[in-house]
Amino acid sequence: MMLKILKYSFFDLMRSRWSYIYFLFYLALGFVLLFLNNDVSKAVITLMNVIIILVPLIGTIFGVMYYYNSKEFTELLLAQPVKRSSIFLGQYLGVSVSLGLCLVLGLGIPFALYGLFKSDAIWDFSLLLVTGAFLTFIFTALSFNIALSNENKIKGFGYAVLLWLFLAIIYDGLFLLSLIVFGDYPLDVFSLGATVFNPIDLSRTLILLKLDISALLGYTGAVFKTFFGTGLGLLVSLGMLILWTLLPIWRMVHKSKRKDF
Amino acid sequence: MIQINELHKKFGKNEVLGGVDLEIPQGGISAVLGPNGSGKTTLIKCILGMVIPNSGSIEACGQPTKKDWKYRQQINYLPQIANFPSNLKVAELISMIQDLRQKPSDADRLIALFELKPFLDKKLGALSGGTKQKVNIVLAFMFDSPLLMLDEPTTGLDPAALIQLKKLIRSEKEKGKTILITSHIMSFVEEVADEIVYLLEGNIHFKGSLEDLKSITLGTSLEEAITRLTTKEQLHDA
Repeated sequence: MMLKILKYSFFDLMRSRWSYIYFLFYLALGFVLLFLNNDVSKAVITLMNVIIILVPLIGTIFGVMYYYNSKEFTELLLAQPVKRSSIFLGQYLGVSVSLGLCLVLGLGIPFALYGLFKSDAIWDFSLLLVTGAFLTFIFTALSFNIALSNENKIKGFGYAVLLWLFLAIIYDGLFLLSLIVFGDYPLDVFSLGATVFNPIDLSRTLILLKLDISALLGYTGAVFKTFFGTGLGLLVSLGMLILWTLLPIWRMVHKSKRKDF
Repeated sequence: MIQINELHKKFGKNEVLGGVDLEIPQGGISAVLGPNGSGKTTLIKCILGMVIPNSGSIEACGQPTKKDWKYRQQINYLPQIANFPSNLKVAELISMIQDLRQKPSDADRLIALFELKPFLDKKLGALSGGTKQKVNIVLAFMFDSPLLMLDEPTTGLDPAALIQLKKLIRSEKEKGKTILITSHIMSFVEEVADEIVYLLEGNIHFKGSLEDLKSITLGTSLEEAITRLTTKEQLHDA
């Protein structure tokens, strides 16, 4: 039953203009980066910077928009013999899978045409796409949580944008500030924790660890590397990303079971 | 068919249902009446599981409704305001619900009955209120379920459609189904209902047949009887 709802949400989104724009954007970005730059590794880094900011933004906005726009559809489903968790999981997966596909196909096609499969960068690039997909799933789930908790559309939208702004931009600023202010104290554990609690920082660290570019790793990345080593560091950060995905999904299902419609 | 015990529901501080006890027997048409905001829709949504009660128990079709969803296979529901996804076409919506319920349906007969054929390829957002309500009726009546809950089924219907609706309700009743209706149109209720449940401020103040209601309140018409019931309660409160 959940798959049926997933299918409806998915096709509903696939018919929407915005999905095409999102897909075409990545397609264009991929082609431009590869064929103007001619360097896969550099392209991967540029892509990382774009993905880490843009994917959470689109996931959040699409998630809230879809939730509020499909309110009628949800109410219709609630009166049918369908489990509540199937309704919300189905819709959530419909949104995140279609956004994830736009990303993976949009960037994957130009890279495949460029001859990625013969290049060494294939693992770096795959990890980039996997992280991007994770960020899509995480931020769509977070936005569904916000929308479920806020009847008021404008409020829900506002909170969603604030969440993105906080995690993508303000968090880093606060983090750096605290590193400067508390520079006299040992900050290893603090900075590890601070990274783990922000999926965007976590993704950046994960990719940079894999790329193994020390110059770009920054303080947290270095701590990560000395703390866990590259291999374990990758595993830990990947595990945390999975946790970051599962927790909001769990709360979404939990919350939806208690809500009045 | 429906058994409700001590049902309480609050929305924030606003108590909508204050300990409702109600038993709806199998077969026949019961009308839930009451002024605006008396909790009629909340009561129906509680039975459907769309609204989660604070306390109390509900059994529908012999099964407790709490944390269950399969019992809804036995229920056809007509929501009060037909809010449909506006970017879907009528035909798509109907086939989607058919796909979800996986039951034989007689949508075609109902589409013909309400003359909806020309609208099948139109998007739901482009339909007038009355036409939307007709689609709503098709969706609510197209499956063969033992319990029907109709929330304000007459809203926006033209006289011809209203006649079809009454016929439809009667024929469902003859098949032995249990039908629960809310309405503000007293003439409609008088025509179709066997039993009246009168809800005021979240409590049931009267339950019985039309004749009982009229004889208690000494009203000659249902409209008058209901008005007297309401004012009597208010006098009582004062």
